[in-house]
Amino acid sequence: MSNIHSEKTEEILSLTLIEAGRRIRSGALSAVEAVGAAFARIGATAGLNTFITLDEAGAYRAAAAVDARLARGETVGALAGIPVAVKDNLSTKGLRTTCASRFLENYVPPFDAAVVERLRDADAVIVGKLNMDEFAMGSSNETSYFGPVLNPADETRVAGGSSGGSAAAVAARQVFGSLGTDTGGSIRQPAAYCGAVGLKPTYSAVSRFGAVAFASSLDQVGPLTRTVADNAALFSVIAGHDRRDATSAPDYQFLGYPRWESLKGRRVGVVKEFFGAGLSAGVRERIERALAVFESLGASPVEVSIKTFDAALATYYILSCAEAASNLARFDGIKYGCRADADGLSDLYYRTRTEGFGAEVKRRIMMGNYVLSSGYYDAYYLKASKLRTLIKADFDRAFSVCEILAGPTAPTTAFPVGRRVSDPAENYLTDVYTVPVNIAGLPALSVPCGRDGGGLPVGLQLIAPARAEDRLFSFAQCFEDETGGGERL
Amino acid sequence: MNGAYIPTIGLEIHCELKTASKIFCGCPNVFGAPPNTQCCPVCLGFPGTLPVLNRRAVEYTVRMGLAIGAEIPAFSKWDRKNYFYPDLPKAWQTSQYDLPLVKGGRVAFMTPDGEKTVRIERIHLEEDAGKLIHENGFTRVDYNRGGVPLMEIVTLPDLHGAAEAVAFLTELKSIIKYIGVSDVKMQEGSLRCDVNLSLSRPGEPLGTRTETKNLNSFSAAARAIEFEIGRQTEILAGGGSVLQETRRWDDAKGRGYALRSKEDAQDYRYFPEPDLPPVVLDRAEVEAWRRALPVLRYERAGRYTREFGLSGYDAGLLTGDRAVSDLFDGTVALGANPKKTANLIMGDVLRLGREEGGEDVAVGLSPAQLYGLLSLIEGGVIGLAAVQKDVLPRIWNTDIDPETFVKEAGLAQSGDADEIAAAVREIIAQNPRQADDYRAGNEKLLAFFVGRVMKATKGKCNPKTVNEVLTTELKKR
Repeated sequence: MSNIHSEKTEEILSLTLIEAGRRIRSGALSAVEAVGAAFARIGATAGLNTFITLDEAGAYRAAAAVDARLARGETVGALAGIPVAVKDNLSTKGLRTTCASRFLENYVPPFDAAVVERLRDADAVIVGKLNMDEFAMGSSNETSYFGPVLNPADETRVAGGSSGGSAAAVAARQVFGSLGTDTGGSIRQPAAYCGAVGLKPTYSAVSRFGAVAFASSLDQVGPLTRTVADNAALFSVIAGHDRRDATSAPDYQFLGYPRWESLKGRRVGVVKEFFGAGLSAGVRERIERALAVFESLGASPVEVSIKTFDAALATYYILSCAEAASNLARFDGIKYGCRADADGLSDLYYRTRTEGFGAEVKRRIMMGNYVLSSGYYDAYYLKASKLRTLIKADFDRAFSVCEILAGPTAPTTAFPVGRRVSDPAENYLTDVYTVPVNIAGLPALSVPCGRDGGGLPVGLQLIAPARAEDRLFSFAQCFEDETGGGERL
Repeated sequence: MNGAYIPTIGLEIHCELKTASKIFCGCPNVFGAPPNTQCCPVCLGFPGTLPVLNRRAVEYTVRMGLAIGAEIPAFSKWDRKNYFYPDLPKAWQTSQYDLPLVKGGRVAFMTPDGEKTVRIERIHLEEDAGKLIHENGFTRVDYNRGGVPLMEIVTLPDLHGAAEAVAFLTELKSIIKYIGVSDVKMQEGSLRCDVNLSLSRPGEPLGTRTETKNLNSFSAAARAIEFEIGRQTEILAGGGSVLQETRRWDDAKGRGYALRSKEDAQDYRYFPEPDLPPVVLDRAEVEAWRRALPVLRYERAGRYTREFGLSGYDAGLLTGDRAVSDLFDGTVALGANPKKTANLIMGDVLRLGREEGGEDVAVGLSPAQLYGLLSLIEGGVIGLAAVQKDVLPRIWNTDIDPETFVKEAGLAQSGDADEIAAAVREIIAQNPRQADDYRAGNEKLLAFFVGRVMKATKGKCNPKTVNEVLTTELKKR
């Protein structure tokens, strides 16, 4: 490949999603060129292991169709011709959807997830399916049957998880945007580790239809991008009611966000529990700088407390494992996915599930069945359900004195590949600031907040009341403009 | 036999609702389609699929609750009942654990020993599973039935014998059919029941109970109850103790088998279904459903015996099917004589209706048509035999007015006294010996003459007039 060609590729891929879309619609850039640039980049950075499945044929076909329609002067969708990718737990009709599990290695869904349908309706070009932790269970992308995703900022380190592929592909400029899912931090934490913008929307804002369930009451699909505006653009396409998801809000709408000149008069809540002993010095320093930036923009900090913070992680693991144990019971070797050679029905179940699932998935299924079993239900599941109510109430109280909460997305920056595989409990701690948000069903955004001493990206987490995604974007935009996306912090 | 033991029985009745589509997806709710042709990714539990509640199934269950005078809580929720079986695609059954749609209620019914009442504990809604087909050493799964709405009615242990249980089930089936929420086709498995049974001596606490699962006919339920009473009696009489267990009934062999003991009972790990919001019922809507309920069989039958003096047996026949009872009520409301209406329905209408409908009597007649027929008979225009033979089959399933039909078909009896008198005189002339006998006091012979006249006039004469004319003419000599 000539230098001129790769310079052109670099130029295309350095565009924001919004700018790339504008150029495609104006004819300055063809969709096929954009897709070509994406595949060139994916090929050149294949070592990151971001994709499980690529769909070159489908992507070029979709891009050519967009170009043809533009040539005929037809109207096209909001994301026309823009190369994007989706996490491999989002069903794609005719394209295998593995959930990074051996169990579904060859599973091809007969339908599109609602969010995939919306991307296609907006004429986005889906280039492939992104790597992830198996069934979204993990915080480092190391539980994937297809191997870990490496962090583009430092390839010896993890990309985070479970949407590691979604964050790394965006940070490595393989695509202009991606979709991930977030059950306890699975969009925000890898976004923070890789230096991307990641939104976990309000529970019920985005349809879960076709997103393979991990924990139904906590799962949300959300966008990952390089800029705040790009994120809002992608979110506006996937948000909104879908009657196939009974938990999707019938009246939810996202119509963009106001750009603010300053943050004068606005109150930013600082959760004191988020700055406890577990927070690394490098991350703390960056977050404190970010809070100072908010102040310099005119906002006043308010200290607030989430008193239930200490119980949130346990609550999360009880609720999410219980739901996961039930959600993953359908993988029994009878209808789809893998099936082991077996002698009789119970042997079939036993062998199929033993062979099909990895260690982390089995661990969570066992924990989930344990907390639901008779005799333990009241002590675990019921107590966790009550704590969910208390955690929500704590957030409500916090939002009575401030508009938004700001703090770290994760306690540390990306850790080396392989370091924590052997210690699940330590791995779970990386979710400590993100899980309370899922339990309360709130929207939260992780935005790049500079780098720690080792040059690794740090994420700033902004949390808003339910349905206030616009407020998250307005705050984040101010911060991004002021700090150059965290680079000038 | 130790007659001192009293059986105590509670039933769990599963009834498939006849909604147009399944409970959580848009697939048609039909019986008898080729295997796996009535399913979609949702009812097959494909990864990523989600349930969307069919509100009609909720309405049907609530209507059942209203029909038995139950409490309808404003708030109800869904739970997952988790277990592995190939006919259960998601490996959980979406059901209701602690907050069912319907609480309480009672069903009154008649037994040979008088009126009885069974208290209902609850009615909840859930999804049916698919079906396993074992053949040639393989097991196949048919998921057509998976996701069909299933209403589960749980009684308190208020029954004390097989006959009583069947009488209750019959009444329950009638209620279900009257309110139109299920066809209750036993042979299609749309009604199945589980029997909980224990024995005890009077005044003593209930003994250990067993549960016999999945009885799909009333006779199987009766036989299984008799069998289980016999089995437990034998154990107790021999000084043994009954084990708490789940049992299976083999109707062909006429015996039950232990399936699993209490220790092996499955732990269903129930928890609230996160994919479905709770059901919140609108009071006004529930009241509208209540107001739209039909009067049920038990009440109708009581009214028929009380107000019209019909026998209990006749009242039972007339109310067995709502359509028949509606026909009766409608006809009587038009002013027809209740007893004559009942007689005509129980004879010819039921016969035709059964020929056409089988288990469910089909009614191909409107109250206006039946009233018209009764008026024609009453007015002497046509006899019962002609109604049976010539009129009913012709106006059945049509909107033809009986009077018009009788006129146009020339079926009207002749009321013309001269014509009758001529026929009568001719018959008397032909049978002088019988005429003399009659005049000598053998009045039974009048019937002989009536028969001859009717035969000669091909039944078109009004028998009452024939009678009168004959009496007069025979006296003349």
